[in-house]
Amino acid sequence: MREISYRDALREALREEMLRDPTVFLLGEDIGRYWGGAFKVTKGLAEEFGDERVRDTPISESAIVGAAVGAAITGMRPVAEIMFGDLTTLAMDQIANQAAKIRYMFGGQTKVPLVIRTPFGGGVNIAAHHSQCLEAWFMHVPGLQVAVPSTPYDAKGLLKTAIRNDNPVIFCEHKLLYPITGPVPEEEYTLPFGEADIKREGSDVTIVATLYMVHKALNATEKLEEEGISAEVVDPRTLVPLDKETIINSVKKTGRVVIVSEDCKTAGVSAEIAAVIAEEALDYLDAPIKRVANPDVPIPFSPPLENFVIPDENRIIEAVKQVVY
Amino acid sequence: MNPPREKLVEMYRKMLEIRQFEEKVYELYGQNLVPGTIHLYAGQEAVAVGVCANLRREDYIVSTHRGHGHCIAKGADLKRVMAEILGKKTGYCKGKGGSMHIADFSIGILGATGVVGAGIPIAVGAGLSIKLRGTDQVVACFFGDGASNQGTFHEGINMAAIWRLPVLFVCENNLYAMGTRQSRVMLIENIAERASAYGIPGVTVDGNDVLAVYEAAEKAVERAKRGEGPTLIECKTYRHKGHSRMDPATYRPKEEVEFWLKKDPIPRFRNKLSEMNVLSEEELREIETEVSRKIEEAVKFALESPYPEPEEALKDVYA
Repeated sequence: MREISYRDALREALREEMLRDPTVFLLGEDIGRYWGGAFKVTKGLAEEFGDERVRDTPISESAIVGAAVGAAITGMRPVAEIMFGDLTTLAMDQIANQAAKIRYMFGGQTKVPLVIRTPFGGGVNIAAHHSQCLEAWFMHVPGLQVAVPSTPYDAKGLLKTAIRNDNPVIFCEHKLLYPITGPVPEEEYTLPFGEADIKREGSDVTIVATLYMVHKALNATEKLEEEGISAEVVDPRTLVPLDKETIINSVKKTGRVVIVSEDCKTAGVSAEIAAVIAEEALDYLDAPIKRVANPDVPIPFSPPLENFVIPDENRIIEAVKQVVY
Repeated sequence: MNPPREKLVEMYRKMLEIRQFEEKVYELYGQNLVPGTIHLYAGQEAVAVGVCANLRREDYIVSTHRGHGHCIAKGADLKRVMAEILGKKTGYCKGKGGSMHIADFSIGILGATGVVGAGIPIAVGAGLSIKLRGTDQVVACFFGDGASNQGTFHEGINMAAIWRLPVLFVCENNLYAMGTRQSRVMLIENIAERASAYGIPGVTVDGNDVLAVYEAAEKAVERAKRGEGPTLIECKTYRHKGHSRMDPATYRPKEEVEFWLKKDPIPRFRNKLSEMNVLSEEELREIETEVSRKIEEAVKFALESPYPEPEEALKDVYA
């Protein structure tokens, strides 16, 4: 199978959905012909589909998302790009109070089929305003769905599903994933929401990881294998809806679990997953649940500081060894 | 140019419907029959009616927390509005929205928001959708003087301006954002002046003169349909009651309240209709009786409707 980058996989998904459905359009800052998106995901699309459907906007995050909401409730399928995940904070009312609640508040009269694509994550030394992982914020708002693809294959299949989805989707990308390559079929496919993927099978311990942490977890499993520990890596792929069943079945099989996520530990992604396991599979655990996440600090700039904050393979290995005894 | 006779009559009827509806809501609130809070539109009827008289069924409006009047002016069913305000199953939102969140997508009411200024970008999006779909619809976005100090006002109007979207930004300047007088939070008297910052027309009209509002909205609709973009219409008006619930509005000077009560849009329009020989005294009374009956029917329907099943709370989160 051919291999393409995560970035190109996302672009293919956007392009195919725009060809398939004339109501799909893109809006965001510098996504058009002059720049092609800060991370070049939309490069070339304005040339193909025109400036009306690949729409550069002013630096107005609240109006970008609000405009997407207004378009979504009047028959369109907007895909908004927020240049950095940290900047979703500027649009939080439109995301959390408007997009998420309009269907419910109005008694199911309408649907809000919009996607907000945004890159999260650190590792590129751009400090506290351009490096956060805020997925958990959106998990906490009923009405939103949250996708967290870790590979080119997942990115393409999930983005196509997100665009066809009748709910507002926060589509979380990761800056370090854009250049990563992987197999993506030429043929059309979509991936369902709420279906985790076992990225590696194992029998001694379950590692639940998302986004770039999936890759760090996979690297860690190789070293663990050398030490005779067989680790299974479960990638939920969407946090809302969350495929509890796959996670719990894996935990039932291994009896031990480490949850890895790149956000602050307190009330983070790992907290919710740990709670689910504690509620539904406690009796199957042979060791306490272990979480590997950022300490509760902003993302610092200087490389040694940032590297210290964001989980790495060593911290994952160390955590695994603490539960495999 | 005044609108045709049937339109004038319909406008008077709608204004009366709103006034009597709001008086009834106030009365029911006093009897503890309305849960939560209420923001009454009484006094501002000329704005919603003057604007919506220019709209067709397929045109959109975006409303606010003080939104009963907008919905009635756009043609909402009084029974279902009243039932929603009372939290009943038969309400527009099955009791999930209440007074601050009424919508009727079948007639272009895209909903009322409880967050001041939040509707502005949503109206921009509806305008963008119209442009992309290539229809000749327009959007009227209602908001208050307070909302014009929100960032969404700046972001939204600028965006609509650069894309020349068919949106009417209707600022209902009732002089007070809750208890805060306009002069305490902005140094300009006319909010319409802000339009110049976005390169679009801004007009200030007497918001208690339904024909003045009608005319301004008519021009804005024509401009929107010509593809020339949005207009900011500031309507100077006044709410007869306090901000919410039983707010006695003691922050408003007595003389000011009296001044504005004399400018009540409904008697003004009534006199005008008489002067213009559009309606005789007898015909006016007939309309007033019909409206009262309609309001009574709405109240009866709402009171007799059941509350939703508690489990209804779990539905409609996702499509």
